[in-house]
Amino acid sequence: MTEPLKRPRRKDPLKRTQQPLYPQSIRSRTAHGLTKAAAAGRFELQTCDDCSTVFYPPRDACPTCLSERLPFKTVDNRGTLLAETTIRTSTDPYFRERTPWRVGLTKLDAGPVILSHIHGDVLEGQRVRLDLKLDKGGAPVMIALPEKDTPNMADDPHLREMTCDPKFRRVLITDGRTPVGQAMARAFSDAGCNIVFVGIADPWKPFPGQDELRKIERVEIVPLDVTDSESVTEQAEQNGGRIDIVVNTAEHIRAGGIMQRHGVTVAREEMDVRYLGLMRLAQAFGPAMRGRGADGVNSATAFVNLLSVHALMNWPQYGAYSAAEAASLSAAQCLRAELRSGGVRVMNVFFGPLDTEWFQIVPPPKVTPAALAKAVVQALQRGLEDVFVGDIAEDVRARLAANPKALERELAG
Amino acid sequence: MGALKDPQGNARLPYDNVVVCAPVTVPYVRYSTDTAHWWIGRALHQLTKTAGIAPKDIDGLVLSSFTTGADSAVGMTQHLGLSPRWLDHVPMGGVSGVVGLRRAARAVQNGDAQFVTVVAGDTNHVDSFRKTLSSFSRFAQDAVYPYGSGGANASFALITKNYMNKYGVTREDFGKICVAQRDNALSIPFAMMKKKLTLDAYMKARPISDPLHLFDCVMPCAGAEAFLVCREDVAKSLRLPAVKLLSTIERHNAFADDPIQVRGGWAVDVDDLWQMAGVKPDDVDLLQTYDDYPVIITMQFEDLGFCNKGEGKDFIRQHTFTTDGTFPHNTSGGQLSTGQAGAAGGHLGITEAMRQLTDQPIGKPVKDAKIAVVSGFGMINYDRGLSSGAAVLARAS
Repeated sequence: MTEPLKRPRRKDPLKRTQQPLYPQSIRSRTAHGLTKAAAAGRFELQTCDDCSTVFYPPRDACPTCLSERLPFKTVDNRGTLLAETTIRTSTDPYFRERTPWRVGLTKLDAGPVILSHIHGDVLEGQRVRLDLKLDKGGAPVMIALPEKDTPNMADDPHLREMTCDPKFRRVLITDGRTPVGQAMARAFSDAGCNIVFVGIADPWKPFPGQDELRKIERVEIVPLDVTDSESVTEQAEQNGGRIDIVVNTAEHIRAGGIMQRHGVTVAREEMDVRYLGLMRLAQAFGPAMRGRGADGVNSATAFVNLLSVHALMNWPQYGAYSAAEAASLSAAQCLRAELRSGGVRVMNVFFGPLDTEWFQIVPPPKVTPAALAKAVVQALQRGLEDVFVGDIAEDVRARLAANPKALERELAG
Repeated sequence: MGALKDPQGNARLPYDNVVVCAPVTVPYVRYSTDTAHWWIGRALHQLTKTAGIAPKDIDGLVLSSFTTGADSAVGMTQHLGLSPRWLDHVPMGGVSGVVGLRRAARAVQNGDAQFVTVVAGDTNHVDSFRKTLSSFSRFAQDAVYPYGSGGANASFALITKNYMNKYGVTREDFGKICVAQRDNALSIPFAMMKKKLTLDAYMKARPISDPLHLFDCVMPCAGAEAFLVCREDVAKSLRLPAVKLLSTIERHNAFADDPIQVRGGWAVDVDDLWQMAGVKPDDVDLLQTYDDYPVIITMQFEDLGFCNKGEGKDFIRQHTFTTDGTFPHNTSGGQLSTGQAGAAGGHLGITEAMRQLTDQPIGKPVKDAKIAVVSGFGMINYDRGLSSGAAVLARAS
């Protein structure tokens, strides 16, 4: 049974900080099919279109019939752990710091034999579920989990290396004025965060929901305005060394396209919040997070961007907004590359229209702030990288994968 | 001996008039600042001296190495100043010795070349082992190295664990093999490990990747091995002690449906091996297995027909495996005691068997040795060793 995590004590400043390292993350181009599935939390293996053979490791020809039609498809992840070993000597610095480390061979019911990491509650000979995760370097890896959930299983130290569980971590929610920011504060408090820092620009200005926000356990209101470099820097100086998860809830949503607007003032504000805001946060909080990627139970672990799904394809009804979201997405991809060496994950959460005042004119289905917050916490607990929340977001994802040109025409109305 | 049939009924020609001579070992070192080119050069130099031929006489070459960098066998001909009319590059690790031997034998037999030199050499820089591991194969990169980076030790630990579970062989059984090989190595001056090993020390050694402990694992080192394949009359004219090649087998990626490896490709071809050689397992005076781990040795005892599958443990308990005992095995100490000089590890057994069959052993002699079997195994690509091979050698009458 997994030993439940202990709430970390205040850090001894004289103690050595474990340096962030990550396992070898080079993969063949074909193996990045696993990266794609792991980023979205799906268990997929190559399955031959011609003879239905399921196989692993990834290949460019079917080992049964030599076909080249080998898409990654969702397959049954159940199997039996045939043999395990405990590695005590490793040539890789990441594992050397973490041995003993168990790995084993699982025979999947679907066919292939897969080498994987092993959850602490799994023993040789047992039935297991294989899960596809991203490791500290963002590379796809298999882990054998118990057949059924076990108590505290998320606290397993090796599994926790592959997730961004908020439990006992300290989160910064960058804007607590919005319904989404407040829902997020509640969800992270419920998820067991040690401190929920909630940024408020101009705290002296009252805002709806502020009393309820202050009542949430372990919430600490801090001054933060993502459009003000000085404010962001000051907040990072104050708390940057003990922030493990950043959730950027700063938003700027206005309906309308680009031709009918008068001037660029609003567009500039959108970019200031959504693109430059992200850049300010990255510059102020990123370096400390990257340095603390292996700093124990409450190591820095994730930078979460909330993005309209229309960052991926412009929705002319909210055309200027979509453009600012696209800029933010592009910056987030850059940040992902920059934080990788620290083992800190950048998670992009794509949502459809929210059930908030700025999407009044949009018909349902819409995403409630509470649903979005719940999805973010769950995605961190699972260690995902790309998350789609709500029916519209899922719909856009599917249509984008099928035919981007059709989606563009259809969104144009 | 008449024409033989393979399992499909096709005729397989015997290796008429082909012999193997001039065994060369360039003494191993743990780490070397020299390159693979240097080691291969030393081996060839020594071989020309031993055989009494000039470099320009070498008209056939088989090369095996992991560490020549961008240089293939072709590049090596210019580096070494050779101009062969027959060239082969056998990057097959532990099976490259047997495979190189059988390629060379046919080239000589068919007259494509007269003096085929089979050479393997690898250097071992301080960090080259880790680098070799992480980029050993595409499957290793995608699906093995990211899982603990335990290298071959972790992969063979899983094979060993499964084998122990299935057939009831114990660590003490494996230890007996390792201890016997160490006894054999004590008379070999260039063996990496020359301190006597006791079963107690074997059992108490530090764990590497359960159930493997320190003395189950080979020590990577630098070294080179070489030998010459030519016609029997040519060897005679050079007054070179030579051994006959009776038969060979080779197989890759056998038994792909076995969930975990419990047998190697030998089991597919073993009848062919004995039939072509015209001898049986009982006739064998010494066996040189590929000994990267004791579990693989045990599989070779079974798959080559010295005992049945699953009876490896009884076979181990029946014999001493020492050079002067019953069933002499890995009489130079094998890689477990001599060290693993990269691809040269696949040639170590061949040069040792040649020396025993020509009465010029480096260490203790195997008395009245007439028939030797050399076995190769290699290339753990994902979860198992893919390549197997074996050769039967005989004292020239």
